[in-house]
Amino acid sequence: MEQTTEIKKLAHVSSSPHFRTSVTTQKLMLDVVIAMIPAFLWGVWHFGPYALLVTVATVLACVVSEYAYERLMKLPVTVSDCSAVVTGMILALNMPPEIPLFIPILGGVFAIVVVKQLYGGLGQNFMNPALAARCFLMISFAKPMTDFSMRGAVDAVSTATPLAELKAGGSVSLTDLFIGNIPGTIGEVSTIALLLGAAYLLAKKVISIRIPGMYILSFAVFMLIFSGHGLDPYYLACQVCGGGLIFGAFFMATDYVTGPLTPAGQLVYGVILGVLTGIFRVFGASAEGVSYAIILSNILCPLIEKCTVPTAFGKGRYAELTKKLLTDNKDVKKAEQEGR
Amino acid sequence: MNKYLERIYNGIIKENPTFVIMLGMCPTLATTTSAINGFGMGLATTAVLVFSNLLISALRKIIPDKVRIPAYIVVIASLVTIVQLLMQAYVQGLYNTLGIYIPLIVVNCIIMGRAEAYAAKHSPLLSMFDGIGMGLGFTLALTVIGFCRELIGSGSVFGYEIIPADFHISIFVMAPGAFFVLAALTALQNRFKAPSATNVSKEEREARKRAGEKLGCDGNCQNCMLHAEEIAAQAAKKAEEVKR
Repeated sequence: MEQTTEIKKLAHVSSSPHFRTSVTTQKLMLDVVIAMIPAFLWGVWHFGPYALLVTVATVLACVVSEYAYERLMKLPVTVSDCSAVVTGMILALNMPPEIPLFIPILGGVFAIVVVKQLYGGLGQNFMNPALAARCFLMISFAKPMTDFSMRGAVDAVSTATPLAELKAGGSVSLTDLFIGNIPGTIGEVSTIALLLGAAYLLAKKVISIRIPGMYILSFAVFMLIFSGHGLDPYYLACQVCGGGLIFGAFFMATDYVTGPLTPAGQLVYGVILGVLTGIFRVFGASAEGVSYAIILSNILCPLIEKCTVPTAFGKGRYAELTKKLLTDNKDVKKAEQEGR
Repeated sequence: MNKYLERIYNGIIKENPTFVIMLGMCPTLATTTSAINGFGMGLATTAVLVFSNLLISALRKIIPDKVRIPAYIVVIASLVTIVQLLMQAYVQGLYNTLGIYIPLIVVNCIIMGRAEAYAAKHSPLLSMFDGIGMGLGFTLALTVIGFCRELIGSGSVFGYEIIPADFHISIFVMAPGAFFVLAALTALQNRFKAPSATNVSKEEREARKRAGEKLGCDGNCQNCMLHAEEIAAQAAKKAEEVKR
C-alpha cells in the first residue's frame, strides 16, 4: 500500500502547468494600490481632507457597484481581487480636489458597470475603465472637472494649472512642480511622490520600464522638435513633470489588460502614447492630453500586438536557415556517398 | 386578430424597426437629442413610409423587376420632397433642428426595406397598414430614446426643465449618449423578453411553426437556410408529382 502511494507520488502524471507562481491578481492590485499611496497622501496633505473624502467615495462607488452588478447578474463576485479598488483609486486621483461628490461617484459606477462589467469583467475591457470614466466626466461636466481652485488648501495658489500657464506663455517653478506645490488633480501634482510609487512597482517587477520609459522619452523628443521652444531643458522638464504625464505613464498606460503584452509592442505603444500626448498638448485646444492619448492607444493595442508577435522558438528566419543548411549537408553527403 | 390591425401590432411591437430589426440607425442616433425631435423625425418618416408603401404596392405590377430599386427611389424621393416642403412651411422650428436629416429620409433603410420586403408583394391597403405600423414603431422608439437622452442629458421632459443644470450629464445629448441609450434600451427589451420576432424561445418557435403561424426573421440565418432546403425539396417533389 505504502509502495503504491510512493510510486504514485513519483510517477505523478498531469498536464501542464506543473508550477504556479505565487503572484495573484489580488497581490498585483495591492502592489499598485501601495504604489499610489505616496501620491494620495501628498494630495490629502496638499489639498485638505476633502480630497480624502473624494477618494474614499470613489473607491467605495467602484467596489459597491462591482459587487452589486455581479450579484444582480448572478456572476461570481470578484471584489476581493482589488481591481475595483485600483480603478477607484486611479479615478479619484484624477479628480480635481474641489469636485462635488456625486461626480466621482457617477464616474466610478460608469467605469465599473459600463466600461468593465458590460464587456465581461476583469481582463475583458478594451479601455482603461478609470480613464474612460474620466473622459466621460470631462465631456459631461466640463466646468467642475477643470476647476482647480483650492478653497480648502492651506496656502492659496493661482487657479491655472502649470500646463495651462505654460501654454499661455507664463513660467512656473520647477521645484514646486517636482514637489507638488501646484494646483491640479488630487494625485498628479507631486512628481516625486509618483516616482516613489513607480520605483516600488519597478522594484517589485509589477511593471516593466518599457512602456513608461518609451512614453516619456518619445514625448520629450516630440516636444523638442515641435513645441517651438527648441532645446530648452527647463521647458522640457516642466512639460514632463507637469500635468498627468508621470501618473499616466507609470500607473495607467501600464495596465495589463489594455496595453500590449509583447515586448516590442510595448515599445511601439510607448512611442504612440508619447507622440499622441505631444500632439494634444502642442496642437490641441486644451493644455492636457494624457487621458485621451492613453485611451486612443488602448484602442490601437490589439493591432500593435498583432504586428509584434514574437517569433516562437524553432520558427522564423533562423530556423529556415538551419533547416536549409541541414538539408544541404544531407545532399552533399548523399552526393559523396553516390560518388563512392 | 384582424389582419390590418396585426400589421400595426407587428410594426410597433413584434418587428419594431429600431429595437428588433435594427434598421434606420442613422436618424435614430442623430436626431434623438430631445423627445420632441425624435417624435418629429418619426412622424416625418411615418408619413413618407405610409404613402411610399401604398404607391409602390399599387405600382408593383407595372414596375419592371430589373429597375425596381430606382423606381422605388423616385417614388420615395418625391414623397420626401413633399414632406420637406410641408415641414418648411408649417413647422419651421422642427425643420431647422432636423436639418439635413429630413432629405436623408430618402435613404432610410426602413422605407426601402418595407418597399422591397412587403409592399412589393402585398395589396396596397395591407401595405399601407404595414407602413402605419412600422412608422408608429419607429416614432415610438425615437421618442423613447429622445426622452431618455433629454431627461439625462439636459434634465428636461419635452422641453420643461426638471433637473437643475449642475446635474446634467451632458454627454447624453452628444453622439456617445445616443449609443448608450440605444444599447441600454435594446438590452432591456431583450432581457425582459418583450414580444418580438427575435425573442422567441426555440421550443415556442417550433410550436408556432407547427401551428402554421408565419414567423418573421429571427436573426438566425442558418435556421432559415435549413428551412429553405426543406422548401426546395418539397417543391422538387411536387414538380415530380406533376410530371407523373
